[in-house]
Amino acid sequence: MSVILSTHGLTRAFSGHVAVNAVDFTLNEGEIRALIGPNGAGKTTFVSMLIGRIAPSAGRIRFEDQDVTDLPAHLRVSRGMAYTFQITSVFGQLSVEENVALAARRRLGRDRVAVRAEVEHALARVGLTDHIGQTAQDLSYGHQRLLEIAMGLAQRPRLLILDEPTQGLAENEIAAFKTLIRSLVPDTTILLIEHNMSVVMELADRITVLNFGEILAEGTPVDIHANPLVQNAYLGSG
Amino acid sequence: MTETQKILVLHVGLIALLFALNFILPAYHHGNLARVMVLATYAIGYNVMLGYTGLLSLGHAMFFAAGMYGMALSIRHLGFAPAPALLVGIASGAGLALVVGLLALRTAGVAFMIVTLMFAQTVYLTILLAGRWTRGDEGFVIQQHERVLWGIDLSDPSSRYLAALTLFAICLFATLNLIRRPLGRVFVAIRENEERARLLGYNVFRAKLFSVVISGTISAAAGASYGLLFGYAGATFATVQYSIFPLLWVLLGGTGTIIGPFLGALFMFYLIDLSSGVTNAYMLIAGVALVVLVMFAPQGIAGELRRRIWSWLP
Ligand SMILES: Nc1ncnc2c1ncn2[C@@H]1O[C@H](COP(=O)(O)OP(=O)(O)OP(=O)(O)O)[C@@H](O)[C@H]1O
Ligand SMILES: [Mg+2]
Repeated sequence: MSVILSTHGLTRAFSGHVAVNAVDFTLNEGEIRALIGPNGAGKTTFVSMLIGRIAPSAGRIRFEDQDVTDLPAHLRVSRGMAYTFQITSVFGQLSVEENVALAARRRLGRDRVAVRAEVEHALARVGLTDHIGQTAQDLSYGHQRLLEIAMGLAQRPRLLILDEPTQGLAENEIAAFKTLIRSLVPDTTILLIEHNMSVVMELADRITVLNFGEILAEGTPVDIHANPLVQNAYLGSG
Repeated sequence: MTETQKILVLHVGLIALLFALNFILPAYHHGNLARVMVLATYAIGYNVMLGYTGLLSLGHAMFFAAGMYGMALSIRHLGFAPAPALLVGIASGAGLALVVGLLALRTAGVAFMIVTLMFAQTVYLTILLAGRWTRGDEGFVIQQHERVLWGIDLSDPSSRYLAALTLFAICLFATLNLIRRPLGRVFVAIRENEERARLLGYNVFRAKLFSVVISGTISAAAGASYGLLFGYAGATFATVQYSIFPLLWVLLGGTGTIIGPFLGALFMFYLIDLSSGVTNAYMLIAGVALVVLVMFAPQGIAGELRRRIWSWLP
């Protein structure tokens, strides 16, 4: 199994407060990895450094055998990383179609037919086909979350980082989401931040637990579920 | 009709109407409209940045002036013919926009506004300091015999009108085309949500730089044409006032619309023209009218049209 992404000593401090502390992390190609931890554990900060939204205070990041620590975000994306936002960040004034088209066009360029096909394909996969002509801000919150995911899919990334994608989704949408993610591997590697334990336990090959900016535990869902440290810090009485 | 057809009908219709007016309008309005079309071209350039990319510049007079002086100085001191002089003007604006863009785009928001303002002041002061060549505030006239382009005497009202219309039409359709292309779509994405655009893999800095250069080039084309068509170059055109004008025209006409800059320039030109016939305090009347419009049509004239009847308006 080859490593697609790794970090070494990755650290980020916000004016003295260390949100992510010297994290060594390895992600294998083709796996579904869940990243869990209590609120404020540093999950979003950690993945924001991976994609290049936030610069690390210290440490290195490697993606597909290259050091990408100093690459700007857009170049990491063109090398095959994609990120969907925890706080919905779609283009509110633009149509659903144009939102996804923007995601596809960077790769497909001015080939309108290919872009349109990619848009329809991505929207079909998240179940938003009927909303293609709508303005993004008029979608319900849950549908905006699905649009975020469609934008991630339309980029055809090698590594897809999803920051709490199921937040705000209905039960049936969550079930469809699970099927969708399973259909993406092994071509796409998934790094999934998630609070919904049923999603984590059913989807993840391995789980990494972050607590106070440090890795508390790592293992299969069964290991993590049985880990007393994790139960104390995060799962409560489990 | 498809949306694309509606868009074509509207914009081609506008150009056709303006063409027809050349043969109908009385001399006074005929002259005004020629001037408005050149100023509207300036506003079209401004709108590429403000309306489509979300970049607010307070220094666009520098691009207008770069075009005007690039053209006028090369006629006056280098003895250029109008056509190459126009090219020098446009190239001056493009070059200046590239330099200003590279430096100013390191900032954003209010800082960007201030940096563009400072650059424009520098250009203005340079024009004054180089008074030996530019004749400073006073400016200089471009003689009639120096304004014959390909055998067409641009001081003749009808030729001047048609030249202004040609410039306006070219820039109108060029921007219409631009915003329907991938590059223009990226401009809009940046306007809407810059971080999202970056995280979709777009080089946001480079796209903004394109926007500044396109905007500056169109503004310079307007400045160069203005000098050539009306036979004068002066430092007034580099003052802050001329940086604020396109902002007002675009806000009035509708930011992020193709016809908005024209509607805004036309509206404000006649507003000032009519009110100055009534009273000396014409700027007051103009100001009040602006406030009223902003209160009741905050998206500008074309923005309001889009909201109410023409949802497809680009
Ligand atoms: N831009 C910032 N400036 C200052 N502090 C920040 C910033 N971003 C995050 N933090 C702090 O860093 C810590 C980690 O935040 P982060 O958003 O990474 O947590 P998280 O694990 O994603 O939490 P959640 O589950 O609530 O999304 C928190 O204490 C947070 O307050
Ligand atoms: Mg978070």
